[in-house]
Amino acid sequence: MSSLDQAAPATLERFTLPNGLRVVLAPDRSAPVVGVAVVYDVGIRSEPEGRTGFAHLFEHLMFQGSENLEKLAHFRYIQGSGGTFNGSTHLDYTDYFEMLPSNALERALFLEADRMRGPRLTEENLRNQVDVVKEEIRVNVLNRPYGGFPWLKLPPVMFATFPNAHDGYGSFVDLESATVADAADFFARYYAAGNAVLSVAGDFDADRAARMVELHFGDVPARPAPPRPVFAEPDLAGERHSSYTDGLAPLPAFASAWRVPDPIDDFAAYLPYVVLAEVLTDGDASRLVQRLVLTDRSATNVVGYVSVMGEPFDVRDPTAMILQAHLPPGGAVEPVLATVAEECDRLAQDGLTEGELARTVARMSTHLLREADTALSRALQHAVLEQQRGDAGLAEALPGLLAGVTGEQVRAAAASMVPARRAVVEVIPGGGAS
Amino acid sequence: MTVLTGPRELPALETNRELVLPSDAERTLDNGLTVIAIERRSVPLVELRLRVPVERRTLDLPFLARAALLSQTVFSGTPDMTTAQIAAALQSVGGALSASLDADRLLVAGNGLATGLPRILGILAEVLTSATYPEGEVTTERARLIDRIQVARSQPTHLARVALLRRMYGDHPYAVQTPEISDLSGVDSADLAALHAARVQPAGATLVIVGDIDRAATLELAEEALGGWTGASADESFPPVPPLLPGPVVLADRPGSVQSSMRLALPAVPRTHPDHAALQLANLVFGGYFSSRWVENIREDKGYTYSPHSVVDHSVAGSALILSAEVATEVTAAALLETWYELGRVATAPPSEDELEQARQYALGSLLLGMSSQAGLAGLAITYAGYGLRLDFLAQHTARLASATREQVAAAGATYLAPARAAIVVLGDAGQVEASLSTLSPVERSSTNGAGAEQSGA
Repeated sequence: MSSLDQAAPATLERFTLPNGLRVVLAPDRSAPVVGVAVVYDVGIRSEPEGRTGFAHLFEHLMFQGSENLEKLAHFRYIQGSGGTFNGSTHLDYTDYFEMLPSNALERALFLEADRMRGPRLTEENLRNQVDVVKEEIRVNVLNRPYGGFPWLKLPPVMFATFPNAHDGYGSFVDLESATVADAADFFARYYAAGNAVLSVAGDFDADRAARMVELHFGDVPARPAPPRPVFAEPDLAGERHSSYTDGLAPLPAFASAWRVPDPIDDFAAYLPYVVLAEVLTDGDASRLVQRLVLTDRSATNVVGYVSVMGEPFDVRDPTAMILQAHLPPGGAVEPVLATVAEECDRLAQDGLTEGELARTVARMSTHLLREADTALSRALQHAVLEQQRGDAGLAEALPGLLAGVTGEQVRAAAASMVPARRAVVEVIPGGGAS
Repeated sequence: MTVLTGPRELPALETNRELVLPSDAERTLDNGLTVIAIERRSVPLVELRLRVPVERRTLDLPFLARAALLSQTVFSGTPDMTTAQIAAALQSVGGALSASLDADRLLVAGNGLATGLPRILGILAEVLTSATYPEGEVTTERARLIDRIQVARSQPTHLARVALLRRMYGDHPYAVQTPEISDLSGVDSADLAALHAARVQPAGATLVIVGDIDRAATLELAEEALGGWTGASADESFPPVPPLLPGPVVLADRPGSVQSSMRLALPAVPRTHPDHAALQLANLVFGGYFSSRWVENIREDKGYTYSPHSVVDHSVAGSALILSAEVATEVTAAALLETWYELGRVATAPPSEDELEQARQYALGSLLLGMSSQAGLAGLAITYAGYGLRLDFLAQHTARLASATREQVAAAGATYLAPARAAIVVLGDAGQVEASLSTLSPVERSSTNGAGAEQSGA
């Protein structure tokens, strides 16, 4: 059997086209499939005021036809090649991706290049997609319990400025106010070749794929990346606590958050927090599951992660460590927060137990390797790491870097999770159950 | 490099690589456990899936409650290990295992570093042969399970499924798949130990191991670890599912709902039936993927919904075609009308050649994508094993998809997608949608109300 060391990073080729498009190729012939991802350096944090939800709405518009493609053609060509597709909008980036049998690679590159040259922005498509997005928000937020908890509910408590605090799904008023001119401006500003990364992983020959990339993307007009805004905010000056009633929710819940070091510029200081989240909440042997769920029974579940969308290596500053829990019927939030503080303090005082760090990091390695086992996740991860850090290869280095985090670093991270630096949002159940 | 100007031509597809099945090996141990080892050495991990059937003759709600709680407590302790010790031991080899229950089986699923496989199998064996169901842990997990059921009952997708299962299955064991809270309340450690002794047994069970392994050595390892898991299992089997008969639209009230959850069920056939490939293609043309008539109509043209989908859903005792869409309250009847229209079109006229080829390529591609990761292979292998199939079914199915004719797909559309055969359930704000739905079909209020109040009082 192989050891971790033998899982040598696949060859990674990186180059930049004259128009500024950065390209990452990661060939792996083990299965006859390819993953293709194009990531643009714009996300929820770049939306203008009065246009909440616009980055996501625009993502939908990128599927509505382009220079050489009618509406519906993109979907039909991808699926008619045996592939799947999607796009998603994040705080700091928007991705578009396909996974296909490898004989369709050139077709996927053609389709991505075509919409990079320009989507067909029409009034009819815009109105149709505003309706679709409203149904998406009804499904995921308005018509279910805990909708948008905590990813839409925590930022306004945690942050003070519009880019960091606003609702990334958008208000219906803002969505309905969106115009075709807004969309054209957004494309012109952010969807430049110089603001994008193309990443391909899977079953292909690197030289051949590079030629295909040049053929299809080479004449996408060169437009520079816009200056990237700084979204930095100072740490909280004191604890913040907010609550709201969820009319459908049967159980009380809360999410608590602490600011963490800059994920990019201070990666070495940031990484221990990623490990700490797992020490506290990964599985039945973790500290908070043991204490809150299995011993005290004061929570019915608890999860912890870094970044509000749970993607610690796909986010820029400012971001946070989040601990969230659902409580049994009638449960009170304050005592549970006090127990969390006690457990963080205990870890800060006493440090980790023997083997605790090693087993936590071993499990994290499995998660990372498992993600790397699909061509599409590999393509996506390379694309975002290349865009945000200029280092696609960090994906393969992560298990080793996590293994280098020390118990002392984790202890110090735990010591920073004090109530005075905490933002809490509490869900008051309005559903009938409790 | 060629300079392109003007309208650009879509690149043709290259020749596809032939479907290559991964290397596997299989052994049925003396205790009746079937072990399947599959090599995929892409990353240094292993995936494990253990399937234990839970067939039963009747809709036995107390059994359902015990089985559901067993799935949440089987890793709660052995004579030598506590919950935390089990979890820590698995974690130390990058592993985790968890159990879940559906209508057909108890499933233990997990993964870990390939070097940890002996340790993971050892812990799995210890749990299977000596789980103790400690009373304290049982009490905790029972309360947590009840909490989760409460949360599920506040979710429209769950409530719509509850109403649909009742509509489809009457008093068949499939009719209720979430335990009643009242049935859970009395379940204790002794009940779980008794159920474990009766049903968590190797005869009829299947273990799939996929990953960076040597097949032969893995079979040896599994036999060494699990050969001592012995005992006789209850020999029960499901009755056939009742025929799905059309009838009035069943309307479950959820006052204040801002969307309606629309579900339609149609009778289907199992994977091995000669019509199955053609049915799958007819369903794709209708609504089984994004580039289908139904999705292009009610989402991309009319904006009624976000993610409508239509799937052929297989269970051990029967198969069905299930359509699901969450639609805006004010267009509920309009969405049902368009759904009927699109079903009717697939049922009464053959698809175009282009539509059929597009669906065929999608179906064939999905098979390749599905088996391109360790987790994907493990999921396929354990699912197929539940029906007595092996991964070579992928090759057979590929051949049937490749050769299905337009006439066969049209015939499957007429047989399986005929709107006249549909059972229909709508969960939504009845006060808002009943009158307009009644213009299309007789409507009958559901006896199981979808609203929070009644559900949570249970």
